[in-house]
Amino acid sequence: MIENYLNIFINAIFIENLALSVFLGMCTFIAISKKIEAAIGLGIAVIVVLAITVPINNLIYNYILRDGALAWAGLSDIDLSFVGLISYIGVIAACVQILEMFLDKYVPVLYNALGIFLPLITVNCAILGASLFMVEKDLYFGESVAYGLGAGVGWALAITILAGIREKLKYSDMPEGLQGLGSTFIIVGLMSFGFMSFGGIIL
Amino acid sequence: MSKYTEILFRPVFKENPIALQMLGICSALAVTSKLYPTLIMCVALTVTVSLSNFFISMIRNLTPSNIRIIVQMTIISSLVILVDQGLKAYDYETSKTLSVFVGLIITNCIVMGRAEAFAMQNPPGVSFLDGFGNGLGYSVILIILGTIRELFGTGTILEYEIFPLVQNGGWYVPNNFFLLPPVSFILIGLIIWALRAWQTDQIEEPEFKMAENSPVVIPNPPPIPSSKGTSA
Repeated sequence: MIENYLNIFINAIFIENLALSVFLGMCTFIAISKKIEAAIGLGIAVIVVLAITVPINNLIYNYILRDGALAWAGLSDIDLSFVGLISYIGVIAACVQILEMFLDKYVPVLYNALGIFLPLITVNCAILGASLFMVEKDLYFGESVAYGLGAGVGWALAITILAGIREKLKYSDMPEGLQGLGSTFIIVGLMSFGFMSFGGIIL
Repeated sequence: MSKYTEILFRPVFKENPIALQMLGICSALAVTSKLYPTLIMCVALTVTVSLSNFFISMIRNLTPSNIRIIVQMTIISSLVILVDQGLKAYDYETSKTLSVFVGLIITNCIVMGRAEAFAMQNPPGVSFLDGFGNGLGYSVILIILGTIRELFGTGTILEYEIFPLVQNGGWYVPNNFFLLPPVSFILIGLIIWALRAWQTDQIEEPEFKMAENSPVVIPNPPPIPSSKGTSA
């Protein structure tokens, strides 16, 4: 049992890394990776939000939206899965808002550290993407907790590595047109090749 | 009239959403290994961003600014659901290939970004054009990527054989390297390089400048200590 969860967790971090294997959350990934502190802050925020929203969306999918899920309410022939997208994004926006208010009131230290990254996360496709993958993989509630947490850790790891590389790279002398965005893309490509070496590992 | 063409074509080369504004990159990478799904994705995104700009702009004066994100999200996700359901109904195979990426148009930053930056300040007609232009700018990059990757990866374009393959008696050995997803990162990097060699005002200022090599001057070289004749 615990092995299964550990499998999903490790799999989500390395083999199906959200940033470097399925390329989600790229906009923020490239925009906020100039400084390593900012990258770590954003990474933590993504871990927290993913670990909360993926399980909630899992409950919503399994008990309300999926085909025949409303059997407990006596409506066994209703399939609401087409409103999935709008409900997941609603849950994510609401969670981010609630989390922001909660942190502001009870954990102001963390709130100040995360700063503007929390609201930014609503439009990060890694968050919605993880929920959609969770539906596609057909995970149970417990598995979805492990998957959300692992996906977040993987994304945070990737952005921290990229920020580290970019901090060193700004001292290098490269062709003018490649400065900034161009070189970042190529580095991410190379990192992604690196992460491909985890592919095919069976845990 | 020229103002409208300007709005329409500005995002294609001058302010390309992918190459300059850093918006909507995720889907550019994952769906471009074949040209056909790429084209479908481009159409889906262009439809969504033009219509969302149009509708968001229509109600821009009625939307209170503190709940505007939720309002925009609702409009965008309704449009994406329409596109998604339409695709599932008419081209189920492609919708399987694109998997979650059609749904992810909701969080595609091009759509949100243009809604915030343009549609909230401008009338519906112009906003529609701006959305369409940005959709085109996105499509241009994606189509370039899709063409290069499919041509060199499998020797075909839209399943039609351009380079005769070795196994069919031709000369081209397909380079599977181009079918790997990370290649699209490297190709986008090179496209940005090419674009900036042409539109030089897009070049970013480096944070650090290399100092010019100063001519080497060695003031009074230190005396070489010799082992002989130092006994005084």
